[in-house]
Amino acid sequence: MNGLRRARRQEGEKDSPSAHGAAESPFRRIVADFLANPVAVFGLALLGAIVFLAMFAPLLSPQNPYDLAQLDVMDGRLPPGSPSPSGGTYWLGTDDQGRDMLSAIFYGLRISLAVGVTATVLALVIGLAMGLAAAYVGGRVEALIMRIVDIQLSFPAILIALILIAVLGQGTGRVIAALVTVQWAYYARTVRGAALVEKRKEYMEAARCVALPPSRIVFGHLLPNCMPPMIVVATVQVAAAIALEATLSFLGLGLPITEPSLGLLIANGYQYLLSGKYWISFFPGIALLCTIVSINLVADQLRDVLNPRLQR
Amino acid sequence: MLVFVIRRTLQSVVVLFAMSLLVFVGVYAVGNPIDILISPQADQIDRERAIAALGLDKPLWAQYLSFLADVAHGDLGRSFVHSTSAIGLILERMPATIELAATAMLIAIVLGIPLGLWAGLKPNGVAGRTIMAGSILGFSLPTFWVGLMLIMVFSVMLGWLPSNGRGETTLLFGVVPVSFTSINGLKHLAMPATNLALFNLALLIRLTRAGAHEALLQDYVKFARAKGLTNARVIGVHVLRNILIPIVTVIGLQFGSLIGFAIVTESVFAWPGMGKLLIDSIGVLDRPVIVAYLLVIVTVFIVINLIVDVLYSALDPRVRLTESQG
Repeated sequence: MNGLRRARRQEGEKDSPSAHGAAESPFRRIVADFLANPVAVFGLALLGAIVFLAMFAPLLSPQNPYDLAQLDVMDGRLPPGSPSPSGGTYWLGTDDQGRDMLSAIFYGLRISLAVGVTATVLALVIGLAMGLAAAYVGGRVEALIMRIVDIQLSFPAILIALILIAVLGQGTGRVIAALVTVQWAYYARTVRGAALVEKRKEYMEAARCVALPPSRIVFGHLLPNCMPPMIVVATVQVAAAIALEATLSFLGLGLPITEPSLGLLIANGYQYLLSGKYWISFFPGIALLCTIVSINLVADQLRDVLNPRLQR
Repeated sequence: MLVFVIRRTLQSVVVLFAMSLLVFVGVYAVGNPIDILISPQADQIDRERAIAALGLDKPLWAQYLSFLADVAHGDLGRSFVHSTSAIGLILERMPATIELAATAMLIAIVLGIPLGLWAGLKPNGVAGRTIMAGSILGFSLPTFWVGLMLIMVFSVMLGWLPSNGRGETTLLFGVVPVSFTSINGLKHLAMPATNLALFNLALLIRLTRAGAHEALLQDYVKFARAKGLTNARVIGVHVLRNILIPIVTVIGLQFGSLIGFAIVTESVFAWPGMGKLLIDSIGVLDRPVIVAYLLVIVTVFIVINLIVDVLYSALDPRVRLTESQG
């Protein structure tokens, strides 16, 4: 097993001429290339901080925004910087229920990220399976899958998501189902493209010549070599999924009120915006923006680093 | 060419048919519109009379068949809520959506192509870098939140622009109501159109920049320079003409997605278009309007895609229109 893995690594090195000269591993090279761009490093740091806040929201938040015992409606709609009755400060103000916005945002990040990542992982798995099947089997299967992909990709994501929500009804599981349905096609198309290129390479021919079982060829050889473009698409799509969920929730067609994601927080502040109480919508929007921008910055750099054509 | 168009049209009919079945069955499975439409105080007899009047007592397949028969007569059903024809409701609101989308596209083109060209010609300058950073922001900003912030700044804080509605409309050619002919209408149009334009602006900037970047390295540009042509002529004629093909294609395709994304912008700015109608209809389970909207929008998309494909082959003689495999 070990020997095989080493053999595969050598195959990989044959593909990328840059790895010839230096005796470093591809992984270390990718990390070094990634860190060479300060903007991307900033994006990664910001993303790390956001993920940290989301994961440990219950420990880091000044209050539990969904524990009714801790809320006081008399504290409702206080501007940022107001003192709280427990001796602290509402740094980002409070919403109409007297909820600390900072805490609400931490909890909202948690929900938004969880929904976005879950949807992306599911879509990735489905898209990979479909795309690999299309490329490896070919013929009618390929024609059918790719026709569905083409038709689906010719419609904007928001429209497909809305159709699905109208058809499926609302709820967390259904929103995730809608996001997955919107996104699998991107992965299927990307992985098929990559797999068609890889399929013609010599190592694939070699694998077939030694009569490896098809499952071994697909999962052991074809799949790992198709992963770099998939990683880039998946990163971009996490941001897209988070933005789409926020949009659906804002329109009142996304997550239920029991799952207050950033989109719902923004929607909640919409009615107070016209009376000048900007903070209820503004700060959750900033949190959403930071999340999406940081993911996009990381994805942008990953695209350059993982693209063999751009290797120096 | 003709074969291609015919085949695509036939294919589109199949897609439309499948879509109508899917949406019809799906919408049917969600909730009961009667619960929303009839007051809870109504007695059993009233309920049954209303159900029969809307045709909801028949089995699903019978409802679908009678729907198909009506569609064949150009009737997409009557709205449960407005009790007028669903297709009429949609067509009535279509001009507002198209005006919004067209204005947004105009903004994106007028700003996007020059900015992208600038960034492509001087990729390492301060302006070029700023433009590209701005375009990343344009991709990342969630449309609905930008809309809210526009309202906050220009309506609430500065009080320059109205935050909702279409304002005054005048009839264009005596039939189509439009906003852009009056100052008041333009004021109402400014924020929603800008909001809707942002994503496409970013897209056009990136596309133009990438095209210009690539074109500058081509032999024909070097040759044009060697001939001693002025910089303005090399860029304005030789570069621009060659990068325009993908740009025109994307503009065509994006027009459809603008109509789709208008759903969000229309909801934020209470713009009385088709998208807002859809959101309202989903909220009250107005099935005929939901189904009719989707059929209309799918048709619009199919037509746009077909036109773009045909235009593409007209613009670029290297492209042959054949049915691609898979």
